[in-house]
Amino acid sequence: MAVAKRRAARVKAFGMKIEVERRGTGKKPLVIFYDEEALTLDSPVLDALARSFQLIIVSPPGFGLSDRPDWIETIDDCAYICLDVLDAIKVRNATVMGFGLGGWLAAEMAVKTTHSFSRLVLVDPFGIKVGGPFDRDIQDIWFLAPDRLLALKYADVEKGRIDYAVMPEKKLEIIARNKETYARFCWQPYMHNPKLKRRLHRIDVPTLVLWGDSDGVITPAYGRAYAREIPGARFATIARAGHFPHIEQPEAFLRAVGGFIGLAKAPARKSTKAKAKSRSTAKSKARVKARTKGNAKTSSRTSVRAMSRKGKRR
Amino acid sequence: MRCWHFTEMPYPHLPALDTIDSVRVSIPNKYYDPKTGADLYQRYLDEHVIADELGLDIMLNEHHQTATCTDVAAPLAAAILARQTRRARICILGNPMANRADPVRVAEEMAMIDVISRGRLDSGFVRGVPYETFAANTNPTQTLERLWEGIDLCVKAWTTHDGPFNFEGKFWHKRQVNIWPRPYQQPHPPVWITGSSDKENIKEVARRGFTFAMFLQPHEKVKEMFDAYRSSSIYSDPEETRRHIAYMPLVATADTEAEAEALAQKLSWYLHAKTPPQFRNPPGYVPVAFNVQALKGKYTGRTDAVRTRGLDYLKEQGVLICGTPDQVFKQIKRFYGLVGGFGQLLMMQQAGFVTHDETVKSMTLFAREVYPRVKEEFAFRPAAKGAAAE
Repeated sequence: MAVAKRRAARVKAFGMKIEVERRGTGKKPLVIFYDEEALTLDSPVLDALARSFQLIIVSPPGFGLSDRPDWIETIDDCAYICLDVLDAIKVRNATVMGFGLGGWLAAEMAVKTTHSFSRLVLVDPFGIKVGGPFDRDIQDIWFLAPDRLLALKYADVEKGRIDYAVMPEKKLEIIARNKETYARFCWQPYMHNPKLKRRLHRIDVPTLVLWGDSDGVITPAYGRAYAREIPGARFATIARAGHFPHIEQPEAFLRAVGGFIGLAKAPARKSTKAKAKSRSTAKSKARVKARTKGNAKTSSRTSVRAMSRKGKRR
Repeated sequence: MRCWHFTEMPYPHLPALDTIDSVRVSIPNKYYDPKTGADLYQRYLDEHVIADELGLDIMLNEHHQTATCTDVAAPLAAAILARQTRRARICILGNPMANRADPVRVAEEMAMIDVISRGRLDSGFVRGVPYETFAANTNPTQTLERLWEGIDLCVKAWTTHDGPFNFEGKFWHKRQVNIWPRPYQQPHPPVWITGSSDKENIKEVARRGFTFAMFLQPHEKVKEMFDAYRSSSIYSDPEETRRHIAYMPLVATADTEAEAEALAQKLSWYLHAKTPPQFRNPPGYVPVAFNVQALKGKYTGRTDAVRTRGLDYLKEQGVLICGTPDQVFKQIKRFYGLVGGFGQLLMMQQAGFVTHDETVKSMTLFAREVYPRVKEEFAFRPAAKGAAAE
């Protein structure tokens, strides 16, 4: 498999510099917000996506080579910055795909404005509180013993073992800083923004929520609850995959996402044909499609409610 | 030099260590028997009262969710001892300011204890140990910022006497701060701060004229940090600088070397308290450079150097002071020379299964046979008037 050429740059936004990497030769923009461990960056899935899309990989503040001024403390803060980044590099009509922490970030952006989004894919995202005060919605990843955590994150733990000893110093520095940033933004409230659940109804682009059926950190039940809050969102699970389904089951992941994002060479299944004609028609068309074609996991209740609200808003 | 008695008030009666994952953070409190606990509180407080009678000063600390330390609210122990002792200074080292919900409440508690004790309080502040970020749910990447903001607010509350002020910081917002009572000591009780590796932070402690304390670290490391303090000290008189530098080793004083070593072995229980790596190094508690080493498996927490070594190493490094009174004095003198001097010796004389009788015997021997020599050898020389800058 040909590996897509990587072109990294630092974009000025919000008074800081944010790392933006481009891969692929396609025209259609696909914005990637990678997972909290940045495992997505080296995954074969990105190479496959890069054959059809222009990948725009944004490192949030404190991740990769992006700055992290002290005032930034939440994913909500990061969302404003990343929205500015997309504007600064003139991204429009982009498919936006976020994994784990990156999924949370993409959702935080989408509830603010979707003017650069055409559709949204969230893969095992963090970000909301589903249960009551005594419910542990998201396993405490910083408290658990490493082996226990690995078993929660992966369907097959062998796929999750990482040998840091062989990595160059520069890479380890980025990994160590990523880990620090992750804790800084997500320690408390733990892995969620108490306001986000109430805001998810504002997402007005077609949304696909994908979940590893063996994700033990945040379970598929949490994922279903997440998808229910997003108007018209489709929810699907990927078998034999944990918190990183795109890494554990790349082919199944591409099949699950292919039709929704219009991936070339993907099996023609459930294609939404949501090509970007005029933005609004593409969006409304896809939304209706999602509602009518949506399986039992799709919430038509929230969809209808949000559509009427949207009518008022615009 | 002043010498202080210290115990963490441990609850050592635990199941076999191979049957539990940790003695901290996650150990179920079904293993805590309140009747045994009541006896332990009485005896630990008694030992502090005895320290007072022996002419030693008293140091207290607090930790949470751990069997190694059942003093979970140092101000409570300090409040009891403020009434039960007559002479000793009482040093809380410290109030875990980064983990406290309200620095103004801390200012009030300290002021009250200071007044009850008629000005015998030393008020230390700490950022909290790594594993405590779980109990307090303090963001481990922000403990230092919280520590300093909390101290600023607390000191301002102590030193403002003309009615309310407001505070809108990063972590705390207060609209009308106006504490009653105000501290007995003016302008406020002496402030102490601990540190282990962050030189910039130590220099900040020095610039503010606070006392800097280090616990249980090898002498080369201690000297490095003491030097950092000395380089930024606001005191022009080196004796005044020395007065503001403190060190804590384990201390075991006995009639014979063999008896002292047996006691030291029991004290070292504290160093081997079982704690899993993820509790010892939560993300962002130490700088990125340390965590790069952690990824390589070469760093598993701040205290590894002393946790995994034997008594000989601990003795050589000055982490343990142990022997007959004469040996103890000589070891203090040696360590003093190795680290460039210090003014406060904080002595962990009780830990783990060290009994009441053993503790009292050790502290009595120290107070009667070592302390007089220490006081003489390391006496604070008064600065000549007008010659302070020399």
